[in-house]
Amino acid sequence: MRKITYGQAICEAIDEEMAKDKNVIFLGEDIEVLGGNFRATPGLYEKYGGWRVRNTPISENSFTGLGLGAAITGLRPIIEIMFCDFMMLAGDQIVNQIAKIRYMSGGQARVPLTIRTTMGGGRSTAAQHSQSLQAIVCHIPGLKVVMPSSASEAKGLLKTAIRDNNPVIFFEHKMEYNKTYEVPEEEYTIPFGVANILKAGKDITIVGTSTQALKALQTSKELTKEGIDAEIIDPRTLVPLDRDTIIESVKKTGRLLIIDEGYERCGVAGEIAISVLKDVFYYLNAPIERLTTANVPIPFSPALEFSLIPDENKIFQKVKDMVLG
Amino acid sequence: MVDKKYQFNPIKDYDLSKEKLLKMYKDMLKIRYFENKIIALYSKGLMPGLAHLYIGEEAIAVGVCNNLTERDFAVSTHRGHGHLIAQGCDLKRMMAEVLGKEDGYCRGKGGTMHIADFSKGILGANGIVGAGIPIATGSGYSAKVRGTNQVTVAFFGDAASNQGTFYESINMAAAWKLPVIYVCENNLYGISVDIRKVTNTKNLATRALAYDIPGVVVDGNDVLEVYRVTKEAVKRARQGEGPSLLECKTYRWKGHHVGDPGRVYRLEKETKEWMTRCPIKTYKERLLNENVATDKELFLIEENIKQVVEEATNFAIKSSYPKEKEAFEDLFTEQEGGK
Repeated sequence: MRKITYGQAICEAIDEEMAKDKNVIFLGEDIEVLGGNFRATPGLYEKYGGWRVRNTPISENSFTGLGLGAAITGLRPIIEIMFCDFMMLAGDQIVNQIAKIRYMSGGQARVPLTIRTTMGGGRSTAAQHSQSLQAIVCHIPGLKVVMPSSASEAKGLLKTAIRDNNPVIFFEHKMEYNKTYEVPEEEYTIPFGVANILKAGKDITIVGTSTQALKALQTSKELTKEGIDAEIIDPRTLVPLDRDTIIESVKKTGRLLIIDEGYERCGVAGEIAISVLKDVFYYLNAPIERLTTANVPIPFSPALEFSLIPDENKIFQKVKDMVLG
Repeated sequence: MVDKKYQFNPIKDYDLSKEKLLKMYKDMLKIRYFENKIIALYSKGLMPGLAHLYIGEEAIAVGVCNNLTERDFAVSTHRGHGHLIAQGCDLKRMMAEVLGKEDGYCRGKGGTMHIADFSKGILGANGIVGAGIPIATGSGYSAKVRGTNQVTVAFFGDAASNQGTFYESINMAAAWKLPVIYVCENNLYGISVDIRKVTNTKNLATRALAYDIPGVVVDGNDVLEVYRVTKEAVKRARQGEGPSLLECKTYRWKGHHVGDPGRVYRLEKETKEWMTRCPIKTYKERLLNENVATDKELFLIEENIKQVVEEATNFAIKSSYPKEKEAFEDLFTEQEGGK
């Protein structure tokens, strides 16, 4: 299979949907000649012109709200918010407007809006450019939340997001853009709410969001050497969440570890744990555990930053503790 | 304080048909009677929540919306009944929504602060001050991309002009010449805060200078003046010349909502002076004095409206409350999207 980068996969998804549907527009900071802060989407501005691919001023709340106004009047906008940390500036539009307008209007409004943003640490960009704030939007009813892992996942899920008639927050991991993956050449989409079992196993279920699924997969090779056969699940979408796949897996393995790069407190990992607990309680051989980022801001120095973010070593140790005791 | 000498231009200067002139009278009365009915329902404990009343400001919605078609768009505010009525929304479904009933525009999920009628281009009233401004701007962007000549009106109050969305959105609309008319209803108070004490400029419309777009101050209690300046702004917008900022000077007769007497933070003298400039009473006098309509014609219009509001009220009272399971409906649409 051909190999392209995660960034190219994102770009292809947008390009294909824009070519197919003239109502798809793309707005955000630095997306015209620069192709986005992470250079993921070059060439779209040249191809589709300034009305469909538009640089916005640094006005997150209003250009996000502009996306909403365009979405409810016939367009299918993609809004790029450079870092999910900046999404907080658009808090009112996302939380009080975009998530609620359909419900508040008794189903009159249709909101085909995709908000693309980036998350994750690893670039020494410190506390305001490294967060993983997916839990904040998962908390708000009315938003779908997507966390793709690899490039092929990102492409298929982004195409589904763009076609969805509901608001979708799409989290891209910023350390992924230049990584190369196998991505099918033919057109495909990936449905929401269907988890992906990356590897079957019998000793423990590891649910990893975003790139944590790939880190878990990588770690599973080392775990095999220790005699531990891990089942790795990428939930793909947090809203909707495919609980059934996780529950079935845990019934089989008797153990569950959830890995998420967000902060621990009130986080995605805790939510997934409690949402399956009742169904798996009598099958558990060990308490459900989580690996997350501790409840401190992301520090600048690599020596500090990497100590906080879940990685292969931490996963390895945690799983060994859980399985071998 | 109001101007000592309060004058109007002759009606004939506006070159409007009798039909149009009377429609605007009718629209204003509809808003007044609808809201007076809300006060009555509220006092009887029939209306849940809060009601932010538009009484005293009717000329703005009516003067503005009479320039729009059903294909155009408007984004409303927490004080939104007037905008919807002026845009021709159904009083029965509005009143049912106000009472939280199944037949309401939002099936009881929005209430007075969130009534929307997408079929009439009303993209929703909004409980967050200034939040509709970017939404209206996006609606304008959409019209431009889709190549229609639809315009969008963003209604907001004086207090919203100090939200970041005001600056951010008008800046974008000006840069891209979007067909949006920003209508600031300056009723002088954001709940209790006097705009004159938190803002240095006498006229909020002067902020238009910062974006190099037209900024017009207009008597918000004179429906014909509001109509005239909006007409200009709509024409500009439809011709692709971009947005305008209209500041309509007005006054909210009642408190921030039913139940707030609105006296602690305002002088009674000020309120009384503004009430002498009732947009409906002064307009009625002009229609009579300038022989546009007879007493009897206006009487019949008023009687008809009383009846229409009464019917809407009865409809709303008789309508059922939504069932509990409906709380879980209308969150997402299952309808397939894209192509």
